[in-house]
Amino acid sequence: MARGHHDIGGLPGAGTIDQTEHHLSDWEILADAVNQALGAKGIKRTDEMRRAREEMDSAAYRDMSYYERWIASIEAILIEKKILAKEEIDRKLAEFESKWGEP
Amino acid sequence: MSAEAGKFKPGDKVRVKFEDRPGHIRTPWYIRGKIGWVERVYGDFLNPESLAFGRDGLPKKTLYLVGFNQRDVWDKSEGQRDKLLVDIYEHWLDPAA
Repeated sequence: MARGHHDIGGLPGAGTIDQTEHHLSDWEILADAVNQALGAKGIKRTDEMRRAREEMDSAAYRDMSYYERWIASIEAILIEKKILAKEEIDRKLAEFESKWGEP
Repeated sequence: MSAEAGKFKPGDKVRVKFEDRPGHIRTPWYIRGKIGWVERVYGDFLNPESLAFGRDGLPKKTLYLVGFNQRDVWDKSEGQRDKLLVDIYEHWLDPAA
């Protein structure tokens, strides 16, 4: 039986939850906005996004922050639904990097 | 389908299925195989295990709020009176004597 990398409730060694308030970066707010817009347009559902995060490479999942996972799952679902191609996303990313530098 | 379509009612003893299968599952690992009771019947909802793959989520599944004693979940003696409440869909529950 395999326990998913997202399903960690009750595992020992996880430590306590950091409950302090923290400010969101602009890109995190944007990630939320894109996610909500895709939902409002009927392009994806929350359950699909969750499944995409569960299907990610486990090491990558653990390394990512919360909104990094959101972005990665948005990308995966948009590619799966053939709305965007990986090459298109990579091209745009290279464009932004040459304009503003590495993220 | 109405909320009354669910086969369990508040107070019924239930055991969470101890199952593993591929796909998107809303029943957390730590609660599988545990025995609790139906606290509340929420009603019928589209099945997230189907929605997760872009399908229509039909037939709808009855969702319950299920209560557990913390000591039954974690096999620990502390927290004798503490309870845990988990949302669980009907197809993950069996009747428990």
